[in-house]
Amino acid sequence: MRRVIGGCVTTPMDAPESSQYADPEAVAAGARGAENRSLRQIAWQRFRRDKVGMAGGIVVVLLVLAALLAPLLTAWFGHPPTQFNQHLIDPLTGGVLRDPDNPGPGVDLDPWGGIGAQHPLGVEPVNGRDLFSRVVHGARTSLLVATVATVVCVAIGTVLGMTAGYFGGWVDTVISRAMDIFLAFPLLLFAIALVGVIPDGAFGLTGNGLRIGVLVFIIGFFNWPYIGRIVRGQTLTLKEREFVEAARSLGAGSAHIVFREILPNLVTPILVYSTLLIPTNILFEAALSFLGVGINPPTPTWGGMLENALRFYTIAPHFVIVPGLAVFVTVLAFNLFGDGLRDAFDPRSSD
Amino acid sequence: MSSHHRTPPSRRTRNRAVAPAAAGAVLALLLAGCADGGGGGGDASGAEFNQGETEVVNPSDRRGGTLRYAISSDFDSPDPGNTYYAFSWNFSRYYARTLLTYTGAPGEEATELQPDLAAGMPEANEDSTEWTVRIKEGLRYEDGSEITARDIAYAIARSNFGEQALPNGPKYFQQFLADSEDYEGPYGDSEDPLEGLGGIEIPDDHTLVFRLRQSFAEFPYLLVQPQTAPVPPDADRGEQYQTRVVSSGPYKFDGDYRPGVSLDLVRNDQWDPESDPTRDALPDRIEVQMGVDQNEIDQRLVNGELDVDLAGTGVGPAMRGSLVTDDDRRVNVDNPQGNTLRYVNINTVVEPLDDLACRRAVMYAADKDALHRAWGGDAGGDVATQILPSSLPGADPDQDLYPSPEGKGDLDEARAQLEECGRPDGFSTSIGVRADRPSEVSTAEALQQALNRVGIQADIKQYPSDSYTNTQAGSPDFVHSNDLGLTVYGWAPDWASGYGFMREILDGDAIRDAGNTNVSELDDDQVNGWFDEVVTLDDPDERAEVYAQIDRRAMEQAAILPIVFERTVLYRPPNLTNVYYHPGYSMYDYMALGTTRE
Repeated sequence: MRRVIGGCVTTPMDAPESSQYADPEAVAAGARGAENRSLRQIAWQRFRRDKVGMAGGIVVVLLVLAALLAPLLTAWFGHPPTQFNQHLIDPLTGGVLRDPDNPGPGVDLDPWGGIGAQHPLGVEPVNGRDLFSRVVHGARTSLLVATVATVVCVAIGTVLGMTAGYFGGWVDTVISRAMDIFLAFPLLLFAIALVGVIPDGAFGLTGNGLRIGVLVFIIGFFNWPYIGRIVRGQTLTLKEREFVEAARSLGAGSAHIVFREILPNLVTPILVYSTLLIPTNILFEAALSFLGVGINPPTPTWGGMLENALRFYTIAPHFVIVPGLAVFVTVLAFNLFGDGLRDAFDPRSSD
Repeated sequence: MSSHHRTPPSRRTRNRAVAPAAAGAVLALLLAGCADGGGGGGDASGAEFNQGETEVVNPSDRRGGTLRYAISSDFDSPDPGNTYYAFSWNFSRYYARTLLTYTGAPGEEATELQPDLAAGMPEANEDSTEWTVRIKEGLRYEDGSEITARDIAYAIARSNFGEQALPNGPKYFQQFLADSEDYEGPYGDSEDPLEGLGGIEIPDDHTLVFRLRQSFAEFPYLLVQPQTAPVPPDADRGEQYQTRVVSSGPYKFDGDYRPGVSLDLVRNDQWDPESDPTRDALPDRIEVQMGVDQNEIDQRLVNGELDVDLAGTGVGPAMRGSLVTDDDRRVNVDNPQGNTLRYVNINTVVEPLDDLACRRAVMYAADKDALHRAWGGDAGGDVATQILPSSLPGADPDQDLYPSPEGKGDLDEARAQLEECGRPDGFSTSIGVRADRPSEVSTAEALQQALNRVGIQADIKQYPSDSYTNTQAGSPDFVHSNDLGLTVYGWAPDWASGYGFMREILDGDAIRDAGNTNVSELDDDQVNGWFDEVVTLDDPDERAEVYAQIDRRAMEQAAILPIVFERTVLYRPPNLTNVYYHPGYSMYDYMALGTTRE
């Protein structure tokens, strides 16, 4: 799989193809015939033919739907994510009983962890909470944190990247050095330290609201240089292009050039990069939860579930597998989807 | 002076209650299941499940071989004057002899004190304010020089007094010794390192006289601490002394102690076995490996590639589940009850828990069965309904002030108490917990669920364990400003008496601004008075009665919600000889161990 961190996304837009975003005057000039398709249409056609990318996209849509509809889904099965079902659990080992109604004199555990019609993915050891319900609710936290953090990354990265690329000179130097510093930051250590010292309430937030805010801040605020560098590089190239020169020679000001000429041409790389940044951020959130510096219990998170599960891997392997698969499938789906998008928008790929 | 999870020594006395033994027997039957109906053989050695709690398993006087220890973390320091971990107090006896020591035997006999360096038991004056100890003559360090009373006074000084005192250990001597308030410690400017230490007199090379600020009938327990192991002042290098401790015991360092890596010991030929009542010194060599992952340690123990998990806290949950369900291996498992209480502090200052009825509502609403499960059920501990561990004098395991059917909580009574404190619909508060302790997090979740049944909303707040006892739960200001009405906690005694166990967590005088251990901030005149009174009583039975009163009063005040008296699941490899659980250290007695492997 192609990795994008480090800025190897290179999708320079060819001016004719992308001119629908660009200068309206150019469109009015009739640069090509009416039967010519726009870049978006071409990309969508290419993407539809990319079965792997489509599959990734469908899974992403299903995941988002599952997260949004989590309360409805769990209500359907009748097991809220924090409800204890300790009658299913062997008190001695914490494992799930094979036959809760007739626990024998010895220890008889269910190797499938209670998977059945009542609990489609089984239950947690010790307290017997429904795993399906917890995984679906965990998706809300993971996707929320990852998406909002990505938006923060993209916003900061785009603004600073364009500023650096367009104005150049000392502005470029200052911002580029800032990026170097941020990239050199030991992010995980900083996150652990910060979560340890944040007060109980700050910025009008408390409890898990504050925790989510802090996670978004850490992930978003320290990952922007990756996208910032890409945007800066693109801007450097774009500002030398003919359509920008043309606009400038017609007397357009900086604001017009930045917002009307360059920015529309950045939409595609930013979109593609964002899609590929989300899974990275999901993993980061899971890592923080795994280390116990994420969301407070009993709110389910995938990383937190994994941490808990490692203690029981010998007697309840399903407890490791279920949240592990959730992270794996989500990250894979987002990556495939992102790769598909990139290929679809890449003008160099064969039609 | 906090000792949570450091589980320092304790003393089990004559009026040992029957409850733990009975619970152990029930568990043994339960675990034996239908396989052999009582855990008879199964193994060539004929060992039984939990045999090591009450008797010596694989008795042998075979000498030789290498004993292999491993630990997932490290010593706080192997320097006997700078350590507070129970395993370190246990292990350091290989190379550090103390004035007194515990008896090397399983069961209740184990925590009887006996002389080690001392020639006899310490003698007290009339009101227990002055204690005289004579030490044996002719004892030598590994280099052949003689051990003197002055070296022992020096060792106590370096670990207790002055700004540069070694940081890790407790500071009881500083608290109790008289006329030493202005003593700067041995690392000060004065020529004589002991100048100003008025609380210890050294009339001759083999006599020490301790003078105390107050009557303290339990003073001999302090002389078991490794801080009383002699240190030659010339060899002392402060905290760096740990690299090469000068041995007074049967083994000496083989090369330097390498923090986080290894510590190896070989025989010390200057040690005189005739002078030593407790150390068998069977192996020729002892090796400790540090920084090994807990799961790997457990696996290597079971595979026979390792002899002892040095930490002594038992196998991890992953291995525990498979050990107790495996018929063949169960006979090599011990599951003894230690003196560690797992509990929840109910703060007596934070609203609305400052109202006794609101605290009692929490006590009634708690689901003891769910909390017990969070600690691993019967293998993890015995349900606690009082504060004093049942093996300590004064403990009353039958006391249950907040009874409920099947331990699931008495919701009607809880609602009545809420009515009384003017919060009929419940209230909201927070549960503080250490994020990296999964059992504690499970405890918090179970408590949250249970309290929710009567409308008490408790938010769980996680904190890092390395700062929890000092700056979060350990700081009354933090507790008040963060509304931490409930805090999950654990406690083990520095020595096993009611004073050694309860004073730090229940005495109003123990409340501190940081590193506070009386987290519920109980400041009750009756309890405080009893603590002042009890240390002046010479008769152990009278003291036990006072401890029983304190326990009952604290439970009536609903300052502590006890959960379990912890049990550990220890694996005893078949090649290990002379294995038994020592209640003084809450782990195997390391001084007795030998191996049949070359």
